[in-house]
Amino acid sequence: MPENSNHISEQPVNVEKIKQILDVNNGARVRTWLNICASCGLCAESCFFYLAKDKDPKVSPAYKFKTTLGEMYKKKGNVDREFLKKCYDILWGECTTCKRCSMYCPFGIDIATMISTARTVCWSQGVFPEGLARTLTNYRETGNQMGTSKEDFIETCEWMAEEFEDEIKGITIPIDRPGAKYMYTVNPREPVYYPQDLGMAAQIFTVAGEDWTMPSSGWDCTNLPMFAGDRALAGEVVRRMYDKALELGAEKILITECGHAYRSAAFEGPYLAGYPDGKPPIEIVHSVQLLYQYLRDGRISIDPDKRIEEPVTYQDPCNVSRNGGLWEEGRKIIEYLAKDFRDMSPNREHNHCCGGGGGFIPMGSEFKSRRMVSGKIKAEQIKATGAKIVITPCHNCFDQITDLNEEYDLGVKVSSLKEIICEQMIIPDHLKPE
Amino acid sequence: MYKFYEILTGPGLWIAFIVFIGGLILRLTYLFALSREKDKVFYNHMSLSWGLRSIGHWLIPLGSASMRNQPVFGLVFYVFHICLLGVPIFLCAHNVLWDEAFGISLWSMPDKWADVLTVVFMGTVVFLFIRRLARPEVRILTSFWDYFLLVLTLLPFLTGFLAYHQWGPYEIVLILHIFSAEILLIVIPFSKLGHVILFFFTRAFIGFEMGGRRKARAW
Ligand code: HEM
Ligand code: HEM
Ligand code: SF4
Ligand code: SF4
Repeated sequence: MPENSNHISEQPVNVEKIKQILDVNNGARVRTWLNICASCGLCAESCFFYLAKDKDPKVSPAYKFKTTLGEMYKKKGNVDREFLKKCYDILWGECTTCKRCSMYCPFGIDIATMISTARTVCWSQGVFPEGLARTLTNYRETGNQMGTSKEDFIETCEWMAEEFEDEIKGITIPIDRPGAKYMYTVNPREPVYYPQDLGMAAQIFTVAGEDWTMPSSGWDCTNLPMFAGDRALAGEVVRRMYDKALELGAEKILITECGHAYRSAAFEGPYLAGYPDGKPPIEIVHSVQLLYQYLRDGRISIDPDKRIEEPVTYQDPCNVSRNGGLWEEGRKIIEYLAKDFRDMSPNREHNHCCGGGGGFIPMGSEFKSRRMVSGKIKAEQIKATGAKIVITPCHNCFDQITDLNEEYDLGVKVSSLKEIICEQMIIPDHLKPE
Repeated sequence: MYKFYEILTGPGLWIAFIVFIGGLILRLTYLFALSREKDKVFYNHMSLSWGLRSIGHWLIPLGSASMRNQPVFGLVFYVFHICLLGVPIFLCAHNVLWDEAFGISLWSMPDKWADVLTVVFMGTVVFLFIRRLARPEVRILTSFWDYFLLVLTLLPFLTGFLAYHQWGPYEIVLILHIFSAEILLIVIPFSKLGHVILFFFTRAFIGFEMGGRRKARAW
């Protein structure tokens, strides 16, 4: 609960600052949205928070934006700390900015965008989750959310390359190689907690004969300031990544199996970093795209004897599927990997958020019990498929479903695409160690 | 009494239409100018086909996943708007009046149809009103203005209907009819009913944003 989180400062509210943020964002869209909402309530049933909380009318998307950003504009920024604390609960505790509701509103009102703006207002007054605050310091000081040093990162890459030498001959993790086709960027969870993820990526790229490199800086493609509401830092974080790729002369930036990183790099980042045309300065590719191409073009072959027999389902990460447009790639990849695929319902761009998005996972233990409540819808979706394995190309979905698995006794194994591809791919003879 | 009628059908009618159309143009112009400065995202990802499809799917009955989730509401809402637009424009009595006032008249529908559509419309308003009260998620969002505007859209139909059938004091009812209709027209540009025209822009935007940028269908 926010009352207990000590970083929320008790200083008086800086109304001028709030007014300024409201003013910058008071464009034609926000004015129109706030004005023409017909209060029809159609958006309610599209939101998994609303469904998971037994249709509590106070968690319908329209109620959430009206009582936060709507109130801020109505009061012309003259709000007190009590009000901001109430907003805090709604903005971070009851919305993952998954954008599903805007597809269910007759006017297409973009509620997630308004929630993000309200987050920025709260952030400006120091009202935002402790878990995110910690990462902001790390981003600022070290350029990545976990505060990993350059040396540690490079060492981990070298260690992983060595680790897999006896499986694939000549495996390397090139660092800062100029002119590569792909500059591969990752979520700091990988070097810090799951270094084998780096190793698996290296195996796949080596087998596919890819022209790739990891950058020594700008390798963190996540963007938690975007979810904390710190837009200036969010812009700086993506700019570092873009600039590094341009400096190295890479052709494209490849994003690891992470959802919000793709949304940040390809869609929100250009605006945050101040590119007026809204396009990233360099092509952004998500792992699901490249992995699918490898399989389709035969650059990676799957051992047919290793294909999964157990029922498998696919969790569409909001920011890869609905907000990234890449829902078919994951399904096509699974066709290669598994015999019994069972889709969730709803699925693709209509899929429900897992309940771990929008910064929820890194927000830490303070929010865990809420995550478990709002994740009920996802747990039911998974259960209904009867699947034993849930594949998802997103770290947050992975963590959330891992927690839901325990909470709701789902009896599933959660996996990334990389992991299964590595288990099943055929290592060509010339790469087999003697 | 006749004086009222004279004013309402004379200058009153002109004022109502000028405020209605002028107000909408003004609002659009203002929003357009503002958007050039603050809503670059609207222009950056324009896509004719996604914009049109995003609008079109919400114009056809149950054309969206959202409406299909609540099919009864979806159909009622549709009939509500068809009557709302159709009856006043194609009513014979109106066309006579438009002809006198502005010198334009359109095709007129038989009075029998208009009568039936009016009754149907009043039925849909009752449904929408009850829905607002009955569904907690709608009730919590509904303010006094939402009820007021719903009743305001009902009034011209109710009074027109009474006048047509000469039920009640004809002259007063007719004056009330014209007065309520003119108020409605004047209120449209400055309220949430501005969706008459803004609908097309917000829908186009979400079409660009979800479809143009991400190939996701917002319907
Ligand atoms: C949005 C605006 C309006 C709506 C929805 C509306 C609706 C109606 C309806 C439903 C009827 C009755 C039709 C029937 O039951 O057969 C009617 C009749 C009528 N309306 Fe309107 N009306 C509107 C505006 C106006 C205006 C602005 C005027 C005059 C300047 C007007 C003048 C009349 C007249 C003279 C009748 C016929 C009454 C009779 O038969 O004695 N209406 N209208
Ligand atoms: C004379 C013009 C119009 C008037 C007076 C009008 C009035 C209304 C009213 C009163 C509502 C709220 C219904 C409720 O309380 O449940 C509504 C809703 C709505 N209208 Fe209109 N409308 C008009 C034209 C249009 C047009 C041209 C469109 C789009 C093509 C449109 C699209 C919608 C939509 C999408 C809703 C929201 C769904 C709902 O609440 O039912 N309207 N309109
Ligand atoms: S963006 Fe997602 S979580 Fe937020 S209100 Fe809409 S549907 Fe609910
Ligand atoms: S669906 Fe759209 S118009 Fe209806 S209440 Fe929700 S935000 Fe408002």
